[in-house]
Amino acid sequence: MKKRSKIWIGVLLGLAVVAVTGWYLHGHLISVLQPAGKVGAKERNLMAFCAALSVTVVVPVFALLWHIAWKYREDNAAHAKYTPDVDGNRLAETVWWLIPTVLIGIVSVITWRSSYAMDPFKPLTSTKPTLHIQVVAMDWKWLFIYPDQHIATVNEVAIPVDTPVDFEITSDAVMTSFWAPQLGGQMYAMPGMSTHLNLMASKSNNYGGVAANISGKGFADMKFTVRAMPQVGYNAWLRLVHNLYPAQLSTTTYAQLAKPSENVPVTYYSKVQPDLYDTIVMKYMMPIGDGTNTQTQEVNL
Amino acid sequence: MFASLLGKLSWSQLPQDAITRGGAGSIVAGVFAIVVLITLLGRWKWLWKEWLTTQDPKKIGVMYIIVAVVMLLRGAGDALLMRTQQATAAGASGGILDSYHFQQIVSAHGTIMIFFVAMGLMFGLINLVLPLQIGARDVAFPFLNATSFWLFFAGMALVNLSLVIGDFSAAGWLSYPPLSELKYSPTVGVDYWIWALQIAGVGSMLSGINFLVTIIKMRAPGMTFMKMPMFAWSVMASMTLVAFAFPILTVTLALLALDRTLGMHFFTAGSGGNAMMYVNLIWAWGHPEVYILVLPAFGIYSEIVATFARKKLFGYTSMVWAIWAIVVLSFTVWLHHFFTMGAGADVNAFFGIMTGVIAIPTGVKIFNWLFTMYRGRISFKSPMLWFMGFVVVFTIGGVMGVLMSVPAIDYQVHNSLFLVAHFHMMIVGGVVFGYFAGLTYWFPKIFGFRLHEGLGKLAFWFWIGGFLLAFMPLYILGLMGATRRLDHYDASLGWQPLFIVAGIGALCVGVGIGFQLLQLIVSIWQRDQRRDLTGDPWGGRTLEWSVPSPAPVYNFTTTPVITDRDQFWVDKQSGKKPVKQYEDVLLPKNSGASVFIAGFAFMFGFGMVWHIYWLSVLALLALVTTIIVRASNDEPEYILTAKEVEKMDHALSRRKEQYV
Amino acid sequence: MSEVTTTLNMHQIEARATEKTTFGFWVYLMTDCVLFAGLFSVYAVLHGNTFGGPSGHDLFKLPYVLVETMVLLTSSFTCGMAMLAAQRRDRTQVLAWLGVTFLLGLTFLGMELSEFHNMVLDGNSWRRSGFLSSYFTLVGTHGLHITFGLLWMAVTCVFMIKKGLTESVLKRLTLLSLFWHFLDVIWIFIFTIVYLFGSRGI
Repeated sequence: MKKRSKIWIGVLLGLAVVAVTGWYLHGHLISVLQPAGKVGAKERNLMAFCAALSVTVVVPVFALLWHIAWKYREDNAAHAKYTPDVDGNRLAETVWWLIPTVLIGIVSVITWRSSYAMDPFKPLTSTKPTLHIQVVAMDWKWLFIYPDQHIATVNEVAIPVDTPVDFEITSDAVMTSFWAPQLGGQMYAMPGMSTHLNLMASKSNNYGGVAANISGKGFADMKFTVRAMPQVGYNAWLRLVHNLYPAQLSTTTYAQLAKPSENVPVTYYSKVQPDLYDTIVMKYMMPIGDGTNTQTQEVNL
Repeated sequence: MFASLLGKLSWSQLPQDAITRGGAGSIVAGVFAIVVLITLLGRWKWLWKEWLTTQDPKKIGVMYIIVAVVMLLRGAGDALLMRTQQATAAGASGGILDSYHFQQIVSAHGTIMIFFVAMGLMFGLINLVLPLQIGARDVAFPFLNATSFWLFFAGMALVNLSLVIGDFSAAGWLSYPPLSELKYSPTVGVDYWIWALQIAGVGSMLSGINFLVTIIKMRAPGMTFMKMPMFAWSVMASMTLVAFAFPILTVTLALLALDRTLGMHFFTAGSGGNAMMYVNLIWAWGHPEVYILVLPAFGIYSEIVATFARKKLFGYTSMVWAIWAIVVLSFTVWLHHFFTMGAGADVNAFFGIMTGVIAIPTGVKIFNWLFTMYRGRISFKSPMLWFMGFVVVFTIGGVMGVLMSVPAIDYQVHNSLFLVAHFHMMIVGGVVFGYFAGLTYWFPKIFGFRLHEGLGKLAFWFWIGGFLLAFMPLYILGLMGATRRLDHYDASLGWQPLFIVAGIGALCVGVGIGFQLLQLIVSIWQRDQRRDLTGDPWGGRTLEWSVPSPAPVYNFTTTPVITDRDQFWVDKQSGKKPVKQYEDVLLPKNSGASVFIAGFAFMFGFGMVWHIYWLSVLALLALVTTIIVRASNDEPEYILTAKEVEKMDHALSRRKEQYV
Repeated sequence: MSEVTTTLNMHQIEARATEKTTFGFWVYLMTDCVLFAGLFSVYAVLHGNTFGGPSGHDLFKLPYVLVETMVLLTSSFTCGMAMLAAQRRDRTQVLAWLGVTFLLGLTFLGMELSEFHNMVLDGNSWRRSGFLSSYFTLVGTHGLHITFGLLWMAVTCVFMIKKGLTESVLKRLTLLSLFWHFLDVIWIFIFTIVYLFGSRGI
């Protein structure tokens, strides 16, 4: 009797937890589960499928655990079989080597296919041409360079909706990770390396983006906003930046910007020194101003 | 001149803010209190002779566990600070800590929990149980074993010293470069991290070799490999991993140290360094490390389930194969810690699939435990409760792990609190619960009395409830986009309620730990009425239960001969009483050399941290000299004669009668 | 121990201890192998990262390294001779061969240090590039092992002079020779991968 009431208390407690959690979640944004982009949506669906698959394992295992624990408890000795010397059953063991193997087999196929299909480096297919944006992680802010539009921004990036965007990512400080969860998964930003992340927004809105990997003192405030807008709005935004912000990003202004700073306000540059991004990447690969030296090396070889 | 002699050391390195001062103060006060207490009780000589210089693995095991428990308190304190910070630091409120301080605590929490709590509990339990379980009187190299412990102790001391003098690494528990390079972490914090782990890590590696040889060469006659208890198998597998993985850690830490002290360019940004190589190397050690910790815990569960279900372990052969499959596979999954580094689809897919594959043997083990319980007579004593908690938590965590093994999903949850929740479920649910179960289970064997069962159960319920409350919200937070190691966040995100719930959960775990301490105190208080006079308090199956509790220094009066896996159980069933035939026993003499070696290693590390190179050189010379002096000792052992053994054995029997 | 009368078969116990120690030492050598494997892979990753500095092709003088290699190989041979003498319990010969081994080892170490010294003098220290960091560390770690081996050799010789060729000294000699041959094997890899490939610009 007492045990039964305990079980009921447990069940009620569980329901209460579910109810409260549901009520709480209802009013809040769950970025990963409420994507606003093609890539994020695919990733969410994949996650949902795998989670469902997992439930098919977890539920039976838990049911089995409770059933066995309940039935073969000491107090129940009168009603349960006891076979102290049984230490194996080839058939049973084959079955539970097979069950996880089959399951993992399915997951493996999913892994294999999705790794290729959803490779972040792979350009997204679309009728619209891809927008190229170069991203530089700095201490502690994000610089976005639009190489074809010749503008640059800090801590804000505007993109047209339904247009594939190829973010080319590097870092001019420590290693961190570029993540705008509602649009899709993250990618590491590393000095001297250039990675790619292809994303596409499907709804106009502002989306939060963060540095996902610890990068020092100002890490928590190293955030940016993705402003996804219709093509018309995006064009207007471009014109606005061109016309209203005379600041230029040259080697000197860049050096100024590169100094560690926190909580940097959104900044726009209407002109960017060409190849700035490549210079940033290359300075970690080769000594600057040492070109002649390098060339003689190559001749020697 | 004087200043340069002290390297980077100066008065300004003492703690400046209130919280650090509190932490530093409590460490200093704690050490001071212990010193005063021992002096007042006049126990220094006793401590030195009975404990510090001992080579008895049972005593070394106890020392490991004491250190690990103290470190658990420190690590849990760090966790509570972190939870408080995140529960309060929404929006304009900066919480109680600044970002640098918070990041140090995050790094210290991870480092301490893995290296000085989990590893400490593991080596402690192995020392306590393994020789007894395989019918041996000692480990293969007792002196090396003591040295390993003291190196572990030296590393621990170095980590805690960082709270008093200087600071600790703020670059996360694995200190990824370039953040951990001199340019971005100019203080001594990362150096403390490097040298503490390097010294403790060498100790672990030596332990690995030691126990591997012990298992392979010192099993009782008749104990073929397939007659070994499952815990011994799991330790053998784990120590194999130690032997293969820890040299990689040694190399990685050494290279980072060379970068920082000699200006080399292994992992620097630019100048031909490659930080991605560090990430690969550290995880090539780090992933096997997870299995190093969890395999012995699996072994403990196997012992406990069989004992408390009063049934033979189901699928022994399967279990052995599963363990060794895990050993091999654990070296093929490290890249899943950084799918987001852009390695390419084929590489990611391979490591993703291997990660899934390693779940197969793990799943098989769960089924085997369940079917050990099936048609058993299960008594739900507290070790069994920890097992049940483990199955629940580990299965949830494991399933989330399978999700994360798919690279395309991992992109969305990596570096988030989702990941944090996952690995805590694996390491706390899998490893720590297992070691708690093992501690409760073997406690009578070591100390001769049982722990208070009621308080143990209470501690368990607070632990499991608090744990779920602390970590389930983190899954949700991760999906909401909360990254790990955030010292503050926007209030508008609405994360605060979940962080508060997590904080309450952490507090409940803290209460659970409090009950565990209370359990220990009460049990010691009531030890006379809790004596285990039979030597077999749970109805055990393996050899360790065949000797009196606490196990005598010689372990076995007569070397046991093995004919069955559950030798002791079979003997009990058949009513066979072992023939007592006393024999001379060869035992290691005490030696202070281990303490000195570790002391010099500590000084060496301290010198390296603070760039006091003359100290490091001197310490190194002293260390080598100590080893040479020790090596010149040709009689490191003494003989405990058959007569003395007989006398001690009779004394044990008499004491039994006295209580009965 | 001799004054204590005991039922223990000390001879058997000692034989078992030797077996354990030898096996344990093999396991240790395996961990050391993993350590070197780590350093080799680091070298493999970084050997092209000269960052505008010299490559192996510019730096390595193959004839010099070849002499170095021959010296170390010879020392392995003389170490083997010492072990053969030890089997015959001929202490004088053991000491003589170990002496030769020690001198050869010292010569090798001296040559290596002089090579390092010249590189540093030319401005090509470990600070110059990732390649040079990994080169100095890999070769230097081997050198550190050699140094340790030499110290071990000297200490064992002193023990041998003081105590004679006892079982325990013999045991240590066996381990030492294992260690020395092991370092020889590692050096063959260094010679091939670092110097031979390096000077060919591979």
